[in-house]
Amino acid sequence: MSEAVTDTATTPSAGQRDAVVEVLDLHKSFGSVEVLKGISTVIHRGEVVCVIGPSGSGKSTLLRCVNLLEEPTSGRVVVMGEEVTDPDCDIDRVRSNLGMVFQQFNLFPHINALQNCTIGQISVLKRPKEEAATKAQENLAKVGLAGRESAFPAQLSGGQQQRVAIARALSMDPGLMLFDEPTSALDPELVGDVLSVMRELASEGMTMIVVTHEMAFAREVADRVIFMDGGRIIVEGKPDEVLEAPRHERLKTFLSRLDNSRRRERPDI
Amino acid sequence: MSVSTLAPPARRGPSPRQRAKRRRLIQYVVLVAAIVVLLLVADWQQIGQVFFRSDMIYATLTQGLGTALLNTIIYSAGAFIFGLVGGTILALMRLSSVAPYRWIAGIYIELFRGLPALIVLLAFGLLPLAFSGLIIPFDPYGTVWLALGIVAAAYMAETIRAGIQAVPKGQVEAARSLGMPAGVASRKIVLPQAFRIVIPPLTNELILLVKDSSLAYILGLSAAGYELTKYGRDLSSTNANLTPLVVAGLCYLVITLPLTFLVQRLEVRAMRGR
Repeated sequence: MSEAVTDTATTPSAGQRDAVVEVLDLHKSFGSVEVLKGISTVIHRGEVVCVIGPSGSGKSTLLRCVNLLEEPTSGRVVVMGEEVTDPDCDIDRVRSNLGMVFQQFNLFPHINALQNCTIGQISVLKRPKEEAATKAQENLAKVGLAGRESAFPAQLSGGQQQRVAIARALSMDPGLMLFDEPTSALDPELVGDVLSVMRELASEGMTMIVVTHEMAFAREVADRVIFMDGGRIIVEGKPDEVLEAPRHERLKTFLSRLDNSRRRERPDI
Repeated sequence: MSVSTLAPPARRGPSPRQRAKRRRLIQYVVLVAAIVVLLLVADWQQIGQVFFRSDMIYATLTQGLGTALLNTIIYSAGAFIFGLVGGTILALMRLSSVAPYRWIAGIYIELFRGLPALIVLLAFGLLPLAFSGLIIPFDPYGTVWLALGIVAAAYMAETIRAGIQAVPKGQVEAARSLGMPAGVASRKIVLPQAFRIVIPPLTNELILLVKDSSLAYILGLSAAGYELTKYGRDLSSTNANLTPLVVAGLCYLVITLPLTFLVQRLEVRAMRGR
């Protein structure tokens, strides 16, 4: 694990790699409540960024502003060279190149696992059916669900559903994957399978933004950790810097609270 | 009593379970007694003659029951289609982002859910008289379709709206995240799910329409337009015998009972699907 950390430390500095997402002074309000108060950051190709922070800190909203599920109030978001905050932007085309994985899976319940993975390819990318099915099968196998193609979402466990959701997103051959608390709705014993799929994706060089509470995952997989609180980025940096030796007061409090609740759940640690 | 000292003190008389058993026995005795009395007192000959006279059954079956049955189906199916189209439009209006559409649909729905279907049917029956020169096409079918369909649309609109709203918001978000435009997401993701949800209540609506089609008897129908109720009633009153009405009633059951059964099956399936 410590090897991985030194590895990222020796890679060229961030600015030299291509930017996949650029966020500039992003503000978002729901009614009179300002949820994002000026966020600026750049995500580079191949980077795995974990966004952590207490609930209500705006981390999910930030993620949903990247694919415009939430309309930013002001600021700029540029995804793979396209400014999605520009009213003339063809957001559907940008989204077809962005994988999104939701906390509640949001699989389509009326079609089976394979069709969940082909419907976007066929109706958006206009791929022929056979090609889409092959691609879907590959991705289902990749997430460990070969043989479950004909299962309907209701027949799958939460962990399996979330892996189908990842396969659905991967089937679009996205240039970037967004994960919105992908393991928060899962039973503890099912979290591991989903995280190992994500770990594999990261090792293949997929660019990923992961909103998560899984600190061990962030520590191990992330190239960069962003800590948000109150709609602002408070700290960002390499996981060992941010998580092992927290200097910021709010981050310290957040991490110790997380630790405490973890101990309460599993007193053996 | 070999039970431990924790047991309550020995009861005098029967235990609650014994008393319940005794109560059930009494209920059975009353039921059997009522049936026996009914069998002895009732004039079965007379009853058979009034409700199930064999020559009347034959006459009812042969003098145009098929046409009447077919007409009942045509009246109710046409009204259902009118109602379904109108109800879908009204449901979409109810969910529109343009406020006046919501108001118009809301007023329509409250109005026609509050009115007796018979009044609406009478009004449509009298329209050609009141507006001289006005012709409702396919009379009397068109009149019944319009009148019952307009009322049914109000009920169906609420059902369909609820079905669309019952599809979780995350479904649209997932569809849009794949890059589907709003229309495609509606067509491929939302409407198929909404449709599944509303099939059982809409089938119930069809059952109600089959029964409400009997209201058509109030229109001055020619023999070719008779539906089951009018047909049975005419035969019953000319012969002073209820057998034709009983046969007509059984015909309704032949239509409605399979539909009821179908609704139950669909509901079970819908429960399993989620």
